[in-house]
Amino acid sequence: MTLAEVVLAVTWLGVTAYALLGGADFGAGFWDLIAGGAHGGARQRALIEHSIGPVWEANHVWLIFALVMLWTGFPTAFAAIMSTLYIPLTAVAFGVILRGAAFAFRKAVQELWLKRPFGACFAASSVITPFFLGTVAGAVATGRVPPGTARGEPIASWVNPTSLLGGVLAVGVCAYLAAVYLTNDARRTSDQDLTEWFRARAVAAGVVVGVVALGGIGILRADAPRLFDGLTGRALPLVVVSALFGAASLVLLIRRRLVAVRVTAALAVVAIIWGWAAAQYPYLLDPDLTIAQAAASRTVMQAVLVSLAVGSLLLIPSLALLFFLFQREHTQEFTGSHTDQALTDPRGKKAKTL
Amino acid sequence: MAELQTQVAATAASAADLMAARTQMAVSLGWHIIVACLGVGFPLLVLVAEWRGLRTGDLAWRLLARRWGRTLGVLFAVGAVSGTILSFELGILWPGMMGTFGEVIGLPFAIEGVAFFTEAIFLGIYLYAWDRLPPRLHLLCGIPIVISGVAGAFFVVAANAWMNQPRGFDLVDGKVTNVDPWAAMFNPATPPQTVHMILAAFLVTGYGVASVYAVAMLRGRRDRYHRLGFLLPFCLAAVLTPVQLGVGDWAAHFVADNQPVKLAAMEGVFHTERSAPLHLGGIEVDGELRYAVEIPDGLSLLAHWDPDAEIKGLDVVPAADRPPVNMVHLSFQTMVAMGSALLALAAWFALAWWRRRDLPRSPWFLRAAALAGVAAVVALEAGWVTTEVGRQPWIVYGHMRTAEAVNSAPGLRFGLYVLLVVYTLMTVATVYVLRRLARRPLPVAPQEPDVIRERVT
Repeated sequence: MTLAEVVLAVTWLGVTAYALLGGADFGAGFWDLIAGGAHGGARQRALIEHSIGPVWEANHVWLIFALVMLWTGFPTAFAAIMSTLYIPLTAVAFGVILRGAAFAFRKAVQELWLKRPFGACFAASSVITPFFLGTVAGAVATGRVPPGTARGEPIASWVNPTSLLGGVLAVGVCAYLAAVYLTNDARRTSDQDLTEWFRARAVAAGVVVGVVALGGIGILRADAPRLFDGLTGRALPLVVVSALFGAASLVLLIRRRLVAVRVTAALAVVAIIWGWAAAQYPYLLDPDLTIAQAAASRTVMQAVLVSLAVGSLLLIPSLALLFFLFQREHTQEFTGSHTDQALTDPRGKKAKTL
Repeated sequence: MAELQTQVAATAASAADLMAARTQMAVSLGWHIIVACLGVGFPLLVLVAEWRGLRTGDLAWRLLARRWGRTLGVLFAVGAVSGTILSFELGILWPGMMGTFGEVIGLPFAIEGVAFFTEAIFLGIYLYAWDRLPPRLHLLCGIPIVISGVAGAFFVVAANAWMNQPRGFDLVDGKVTNVDPWAAMFNPATPPQTVHMILAAFLVTGYGVASVYAVAMLRGRRDRYHRLGFLLPFCLAAVLTPVQLGVGDWAAHFVADNQPVKLAAMEGVFHTERSAPLHLGGIEVDGELRYAVEIPDGLSLLAHWDPDAEIKGLDVVPAADRPPVNMVHLSFQTMVAMGSALLALAAWFALAWWRRRDLPRSPWFLRAAALAGVAAVVALEAGWVTTEVGRQPWIVYGHMRTAEAVNSAPGLRFGLYVLLVVYTLMTVATVYVLRRLARRPLPVAPQEPDVIRERVT
């Protein structure tokens, strides 16, 4: 493995983490969108808000990480992708802004008439953002982004069968992952109805994603023969693994193995993301720019990898603490069993009045 | 690669699209920088309030900590997402710069990513686990937020400083070689610029938060809660104001020595001269500065500590290499004026406190303090306009022009139109939500049961 491939692999780890974590946060927004009226969907929305509230900002950083790694490790590829695909990427940027801000605003206000527009904005942008990210993936995977500044088609590069397939699949995968995660979160709250609500939707989303993916084979064959060859050639084992984990997840969901399915569902997604990478190897921008051609200077790649290695000594324990804290104490908090300990003075003194 | 470079130059963006791209970058950066400052400075205030509340059991401190914490949650979310679009815009709007120099300035951004990650993780823990962690441990979880916030500001501004003093590479036929990312990150402009910006973040936060309580006190709410809510941020800002003026002077000396054209635009100097006067006010008409008040030898003295020192004028470079003088000069003067006014306000406060351990009695003090937050933000924005517009027409000083860096894809200006609409809505919503939080705290936030009981009017 060359140094450039290590850097790309680290970048791709960031993309994977973003798909699994950030993707699920977007998917939660999808379920928020279709949870029904303010009254009927209240419990779903409460669970969603509760589940993604503490973690979405940390999950979001993976996107920035992937962008930074791309422009640092492969500046010419970054410039080519961003300049050609500036329309869907601008939409992604606005989607990210609207999703995050509206989510925070909805949480900060209390009145229904205010929660509604913020909630609608949060939910709608949670669907739009992964869609456009999917179209970008489709554009890159089908070789519609030539090297250089804005040399690709500004519209046709991302409005084409594979890009649209990518967009729909991205929304579907996000919704699926979110439903799988939320089913288990709902179970921890001991809310049987809510668990079943999400479980049914997880099964439905899984089936839809599976069908779209199967149908996608035909689309790729017609629209993107080189990608199709890669996926059915070198990347075939990963594609098969993804399909197997996808099928296993459906079985586990039906059998209510709600912890195990989190793992298999995530692995199905991981396998297809790395399958795409394997299919496209060694090209970053197929067919004109290889990983080696696009790579930055060695000094840069070394400095960044060393910095990240040092940084991860700090980050990994911190991330573990974050997820541990909010997974472990999930049940107690959500059911609202608060003590009023915060009002008693920590040192046992009587609180001063104002 | 060389062929690609010529391709870039051949298909230049239209002037309208270039202007739109610059405006879009300016608006989104100018918006983000305000919330980013609060993201850097505010955690310190919340932590100090929480710490005082822990030590003394004082309900006013504890209530302040809780309420500031909720406000911080909103500000951090808005700051995180409004910062993300900047990463996108670097590629969407300035692919010419990123394609050529992305690797040179990647390192500080990568490290900033680590810092931001740490900040987001501990902010999640700090805000959402307030009632679940033992108080002391909770307080400790806040410390990484402060450190990583300051560190993040350092690394991002280091990348910007590199655009002013590009180092750590050789440019051969439009392609960079011999890249030394550490030399790029620790370029000569990094120390003055980062220190100036980090202090600015604390000033914006301090004066900004204090001004909210100054308004409340003007409306007659003079209880302990509002006094503390005013005093803590105001004192922080007041102590740092003279330091910031010193650092600003350092930064100006740096510009005088290393970016003489920018200094000439800041000060409205058109012709190289010795014993240059300092201009107060004035506008450029037909290549000279008019209507300015002149202080003889002032500029030479300030920039080089020598009344006879030579100050380079704009005429040292061809007209095509000069920044727009009026905007840079006006912005710089505005920043200095705001800084000086804030220093006077801080001194007024210090005098009263030294004599009587109390705020100045005059209602004009609180009125001025109520405006101090606005003044600090104006100074911040004026400072950014000075450094960014003052660098024009270069995006990477001396190496790449802004016009060479811009995306040549058609229709960039539509992005600006959408941005203006989105940011207008977001500004309205942010201000509205923050005002609601400030004015009538929520009775119920699931994780904050103690605030429910205590209402402060």
